[in-house]
Amino acid sequence: MTRLLHWLFPHPLLTVIMTIVWVMLQNDVSAGMVVFGVILGIIIPRITAVWWPDRPQGFRAGKMLSYCLIVIYDIIVANIQVAWIILTKSNAQLQPAWVEVPLDLRTPEAITLLAGTITLTPGTVSADLSNEGRSLLVHALDAPDPQAVCDEIKQRYEARLKEIFQ
Amino acid sequence: MTLELIAIYATIVFLIIGAIFTFVAAIGLLKLNDSMTRLHAPTKAATVGIGAFLLASMAHAYALGEPSFHELLILAFLFVTAPISANFIAKVNIHKRACEALPVPAEDEMWSTLDVPPGEEARAKPQTGA
Repeated sequence: MTRLLHWLFPHPLLTVIMTIVWVMLQNDVSAGMVVFGVILGIIIPRITAVWWPDRPQGFRAGKMLSYCLIVIYDIIVANIQVAWIILTKSNAQLQPAWVEVPLDLRTPEAITLLAGTITLTPGTVSADLSNEGRSLLVHALDAPDPQAVCDEIKQRYEARLKEIFQ
Repeated sequence: MTLELIAIYATIVFLIIGAIFTFVAAIGLLKLNDSMTRLHAPTKAATVGIGAFLLASMAHAYALGEPSFHELLILAFLFVTAPISANFIAKVNIHKRACEALPVPAEDEMWSTLDVPPGEEARAKPQTGA
């Protein structure tokens, strides 16, 4: 029974996401659309299952939700800060810097999420990964203290991502 | 005060917020003088600026009496794809040496963008005067 369930839903979370995306695409919350979304949510992960043989197993969706809320809050706050920097600081006063963030994360999915988060939060753009994948190169728009930027990324985002991908 | 009226005011507020952030991003694109710092301005407009516009669109659709959720989907796809384009522009800057010298990675040998096979080295070198 569990094997049948596993065969039907190789990626349960993806099934849920596909259903929600389908209903939102149709802009119509009706039983028919939900049923069709569930059908798509079963067929598509089933067909594409061969492409993720090593996907991370212990993904915690609840923690992911709180992580998303923190990131959205940070995006808004940091956007205002960056707008202020752009409007008030002259180019000469600006101190752009490369920041190297040593990574504790190892799974490619977690590193991708961390890099995406860094780019989405204003003031920092993730630019490159070292060739063995053990540190991330981040460009900061205005960083008088590069070490502080590195510490903030590690404590605020990386520690939480480590808990999500256990 | 009805809900529709609140929705109309919300539309106005979100449109103004979106306009301000998009405007600041445009100023940043013109003002900043280095290709890496210039990259910061548009990636930010894509987040709060467009996010505010999409919220305005949702509030407006609600005021018209036909609620719409497409916008949340647009926002989600935008948040997923925006970092990728920013990352590619950064990689181009690194390849063209259009930025300050990179720090040496502490644990590994080099950054992966610069990690080209020996035969390709000549092609990867910056072309002076280009």
